[in-house]
Order: sequence, then C-alpha cells, then structure tokens
Amino acid sequence: MSLNMNNVMGVIILTERKDKLKELTLNRALAAVPFGARYRIIDFALSNLVNAGVRNVGVFVQEKYRSLMDHLGIGKEWDLNRQRDGLFILPPEKYADGSTSWLLNGDILLLRRHLDYLLRSKQEYVILMTNPIIWNVNFTTVLKDHLDKQADITIVYHLTDHQNCLGTFTEINTDRQEKITAVKVNPLINQSSKLSLDTFIIGRKKLMEIMDSSISTGGSDFVRDIIIPNLDKLLIYGYQFEGYARKINSLECYYKTSMELLNPKISKELFYANGPIYTKVKNEPPAIYTKTAEVKNSLIANGCIIKGRIENSILFRGVKVGQNAVVKNSIVMQKTELDYGVSLENVIIDKDCFISAEKKLMGAASYPLVISKKTQL
Amino acid sequence: MNKKECIAMLLAGGQGTRLGVLTKKLAKPAVPFGGKYRIIDFTLSNCVNSGIDTVGVLTQFQPLQLHSYIGIGGPWDLDRERGGVMVLPPFVRSDGGQWYKGTANAVYQNLGYLETYQPEYVLVLSGDHVYKMDYGKMLEFHKNNNASATIAVIEVPIEEASRFGIMNTDSDKKIIDFEEKPKQPKNNLASMGVYIFNYDVLKKYLEEDANDPGSSNDFGKNIIPKMLISGERMFAYPFDGYWKDVGTLESLWEANMDLLGPKHKFDLYDRNWRVYSVNPNQPPHYIASSSKVENSLVNEGCLIYGECFNSVLFPGVYIGKGAKVYDAVIMLGAKILEGAFVRKAIIGTNAVISENCLIGQKDILLQETPLTVVGDDEVVAPGLSVFGIHERGGLKNVFKYE
Repeated sequence: MSLNMNNVMGVIILTERKDKLKELTLNRALAAVPFGARYRIIDFALSNLVNAGVRNVGVFVQEKYRSLMDHLGIGKEWDLNRQRDGLFILPPEKYADGSTSWLLNGDILLLRRHLDYLLRSKQEYVILMTNPIIWNVNFTTVLKDHLDKQADITIVYHLTDHQNCLGTFTEINTDRQEKITAVKVNPLINQSSKLSLDTFIIGRKKLMEIMDSSISTGGSDFVRDIIIPNLDKLLIYGYQFEGYARKINSLECYYKTSMELLNPKISKELFYANGPIYTKVKNEPPAIYTKTAEVKNSLIANGCIIKGRIENSILFRGVKVGQNAVVKNSIVMQKTELDYGVSLENVIIDKDCFISAEKKLMGAASYPLVISKKTQL
Repeated sequence: MNKKECIAMLLAGGQGTRLGVLTKKLAKPAVPFGGKYRIIDFTLSNCVNSGIDTVGVLTQFQPLQLHSYIGIGGPWDLDRERGGVMVLPPFVRSDGGQWYKGTANAVYQNLGYLETYQPEYVLVLSGDHVYKMDYGKMLEFHKNNNASATIAVIEVPIEEASRFGIMNTDSDKKIIDFEEKPKQPKNNLASMGVYIFNYDVLKKYLEEDANDPGSSNDFGKNIIPKMLISGERMFAYPFDGYWKDVGTLESLWEANMDLLGPKHKFDLYDRNWRVYSVNPNQPPHYIASSSKVENSLVNEGCLIYGECFNSVLFPGVYIGKGAKVYDAVIMLGAKILEGAFVRKAIIGTNAVISENCLIGQKDILLQETPLTVVGDDEVVAPGLSVFGIHERGGLKNVFKYE
C-alpha cells in the first residue's frame, strides 16, 4: 500500500466533560485554552496533521465551543480552507426525538452522531485523536509503521514516569513486536510506563464497522469499548513516540508544561521539529521594550509593551506591563494590562484583565493562582 | 456593473537605487521596515483604513518578492470579490507592448484596468513612503473644492525643499505654481506623491502625454505642470502627520529609529489605524537569562542571548551570548553571533555577523558615526571589523555609506 497522505483524514474528538483547567476552561473548551504565548492547545494537533499532508480534518466538539470556533474559523491559517475536504467543525445537534448529542457521554457516540461525515469522506485511514496533545509529531512515520505492520489499529504512546501530569490516563503493555497485550484506564496501581497519547490510526471503514457493533451492544468509549474487547480479535499495535509530548489535563500540568517551554531545547523541538505550528494570526506590531524593561528567560509574543521586569514568564499577545511591575514565574494572557508596580509570582492571568497599580498577587510554585478572564482588580 | 467611486493606483515599480545593497533583489516598496512590515504596507493599510477597496499596484523592477508578498491581498483584507488588490506589471500587446516609461505612463498603460471600474476619482500613490493618512478626508477636500486634481503636501525643512516637488498656493490652497526639485525653492510645501484626479481629466491628460514624444511621462515633471498651464483647478491638501521618504539608507535607518523611545515619532500601536502586513508564523521570541533588551522592537521568532539597545529586530533574529547590538536595524533571520558588536547599522535579511565581528564604530559619538550596512545573505567572517567609512576587501556586499 502506498504512503499517500491524501488517503488519510484527521478526526479530533473533544469530549471533555469536566472543567479540567478550572477558571481557564470556565467558558472555553480545553482545546481552545491559550498556550505558549500565541497558540491554543488544538494548534499542535491540527498543525501536525496538516504538516503531514492531511487535508480533511473533522473537529468534533461537545460544549463551550464558541471560542474554539472563533479560533478555527474556516481553517485558513492551517491551509484547511479547501475546495474539497478541508476543516469541518461538527458541533452537537438536537434531534427530532428530543435527544441531544451533547448529553452523549462517550467519544464514539459523538462520532456516530455525525456518521455522515465519515461516510462521505473518501480517505482510507483515519488519524483519530481523543485528546489534543502538545507535541510536534511526524504522522507520516506513524502511518508508515501502521501500514508496515498491517495493523488494524495503531495506538501512539510514549514512555513517561507517572509524575508527569496525571489526570485520566491509559496505560498500555506491549510485547516485543509492539503488539498490545493489555490496556488499562486509570489503574490505581501503575504497572507500565507506556502511556497512550490518545492518538490512533485505524481504517475508516473498519472504524465505522466496529463502532457500530460496539455501540449496538452498549459501547460508548473508544478505548474501553473498542480497543480493550478487541485486543485478541484485531491486530492492535503500539507506536512509541520518542519526542516531547504532554497531555494537558490539569491546571498543574498546564502550568508545568508551559514553563517547560522556557527551555529552548524543548521549545525548539515543539515549534520546529517536523514543521511549524500554525495558529490564528493577529495583526500585532512587534513587542516594544522601553528603557526600563528588564526581561530574563521569558517568551514574549508580539504587540506587548514592556516597561517592567519579567522573569521566567510567558506573555501572550498585546500584554502591557507597567513600569516597576515585576512578573515572575507567571503566564499572562492576551491583552491583559498590569499597571505600575504590580507584582506577580506563580500566577496565571487569563485574557483581557486589568490589574491596578501596586497590587501584589502570589500563588505557590506547585499550585499557581488563576485570575479569570476580564477580571478588573 | 463594477462601478467604484474612487480607486487607487499604487506606483511600486521603483528600483530604489539609493538603497544600495538592500534593493539588489527586490523593489523599494518591498524593503522591510519596522521589525515586521514592508514599506508598501503603510500605503496599502492607508487605503483600507480610508475605505478604498480597489487598488492597482503597478510593479516593474524585481517584482518577485513584491508579487509574492501582496498575493491576493488577504492581509490587508483586499481579497475581494469585487475590487480588491490587483498587481499590474507591464505586459505585451498586439503592437508589442513596452516597459513602463514613467509614473504617468504606467497608469496610462493600465487605463483598461481603470475603465472596468468607471471610477469618478483616481488616487495615485507611491509605495515608498512611511505615513498614516486618511485619504477619505483628502477626497472630501477634493470634492469640496470642486477640483480637477488635489496634491497632498507636507511642510519640509526649507533646506531640504529642493529634493521635492514644491507647491506655491494662494490663501485658498489653490495651487498657483509647481516646481519639481527647484534649485531655489520659494517655500517648503512639498508634494507627498499623493494625488487625487477626476478620472475624466486624468484620462485626457494621460492620453495627451502618451502622444507627446518629448515627455518623460512622469506625474511630477509632465502631467502636473501641464494641467497647471492649462488652468485646471488644482489644490494642495495639507498633511501634518508623520511622513517619511525612506529612499536612502540613512533615512530608512532614521525612520526605524523614529519608532523607538518614549516620544517615538511614529506609532505602530494605534488600534484605530492599524498597519496590516503579512504575518510570519513564528513562535514567540525568547529572551534568555543572559540577555538585556532595552528600548527596542522585537518580533516573533527571535532568540536573544546577548544585549540589544535602541534597535529594531525583525522575525527570527538571533543574537548570541556576549554580542552587543546598539542603534541597529536587524532584518529577517539575520544572525549576530557570540561576542559580535554592532552599532548604528542595518543588517540585511539572513546576513550573518560572525563571532567577535565589529560592525560600525565603538567609541565615537552616535551622531558622528556613519551608518554601516551589510547586505542580504552576506556573511561577515569571524573577527572582521566593518566600518561605514572603510571598505573591506573580500566583502563585496558590504556597502560603504557616504
């Protein structure tokens, strides 16, 4: 079988039901949470697909998706505004029988509600993601591995110690040939350091077929009701991703992962390894540093006006930092304004906030203080 | 019917010979400016912000970068179903066709483009100035005066007036006299190269001019004087904002410096008059612990380990540890490697200043230091000194500025 990425579609299912990142996900989906000074979490998943040549991407959303839709638009920034295929945003619907798909708890239930999208697509393979991961992966290599092994399903995983950002997780075991021998969801006792990156490759027809037989017998979850019961019946292989990958599923994890970007080795891999990460561009002028600016070990986006001191921090687009203000180990999101003498340490401030002069805010290094969007302090 | 009240013709074919090494491979309007922009962005943004959505861009010299930059006009919101931006290079006709012989000839050769829109007014612009101007107000002025042509003017220092087209007006701003680059200027009202014409009048004079073998087919030299002699109603529209002709290396450097400091002369941060440009998709810039950045503009994709003062950095610039950059404009992707020293310089796109180089002079006053320019893609070998006043062997593209 030839390796033609035109023959692959991407499906991203965003099913999270809980407010995983507290205030940051109060009014937006996890995938739309700002990350890395100018991106949103979903940019990594989308850019990886596009960089591999995938031209048909469906994003299944469940709730709080206004901000995500605003971000994605017609997919222009990812070059997904195509005549044929391109970007499809598939929100929940209300049906004639009164049922609504946003009450559906389970990724494959959501997928089946828009079965037409899968039916109408022409591609033979699906890269399925049930969680937007922060990484820069070459999907062409993953697909090649899938084809070489003639696998029915490939699960992408990475080796990690369990300290790294745990929330919900899927542990897998493989044999020497990388064939998957066991899959466990959230086990209390950790036995394997192989954790799923919630990214799968599967044939499109196969997916529809097993999805149908699973749902008709009460199934709702891809891993629990499709992978696990079929471990013996289908050829399910693992693919070990050796680069940097993080699953964002808690506030602590978001903060920790963000701060890891201040390591140029990590940010270089993440932003350049297999192609650039695209995002919705804003027409901002370059950042301006005044004579009083003092910036150390920080990532700064365009449009910032910096008059104060910034250390180990991440500033999103259009942030203003007043004179004598001190920002340490903090994340300041779009267009937030810090007035004269404001002091921040271990703080995450969401978009469009205003912190008035001389205010001091402090969180703990392991547990940052979060200020929600549009707060005036 | 595609009728538009006013459409713009943007002259972007200039070579900009006085920009030396910076315009070897690109036209002057495509020269990078302000850490992000190209010079043409200011005129294009002015059009959009003034409500003009149909712009013909006349290109001729080294158009590749300019054409690919403008594309279908998306960044300026000029990718329109009706109107929008249209790149108009010279073309071949059944009678052979020819290059644009002058600014007026360029517009004349594209009368076909103008005809499709049947405009009442034509705004003629030049793509090599940095300024923010509401052409809508100028059009209103033009209409109120019932003029055939209106020329935007700005007061320049009288000692510089002989570089410009100088207008003499009566108390109603009616132009009574026009001199192109006069030796003894009578006043200091200089033409900004921004004209509004009634289309029918413009068409008539362009056609006449095309049939005049002695003409150099230029707006300033031929069309405007001819119209004045013929007694057309022509007015000078006074503009008092920031306007800079960045036609020389020195003025390009100055205009970049005008963006800096608490009393910066030109403001890029005005949300009511945005300057649009193609946005490079680069990660946020990183300022390391070892670095110091003061009074500077820094764009995305930069990696700063050294020190940077009073400078403008374009996307993807690298400043290595121990390197010091003062009063410089560092263009796209240029690298200032470890221990290098740069002062009062323009470093071209993707140029590399190797370890421990000295660009410009270290110890004399800024005003007395001549500007040093390193051309695009030039690599200055480790340890070399390059001063504006000395020419170094083996560095063919290092420009000597006088």
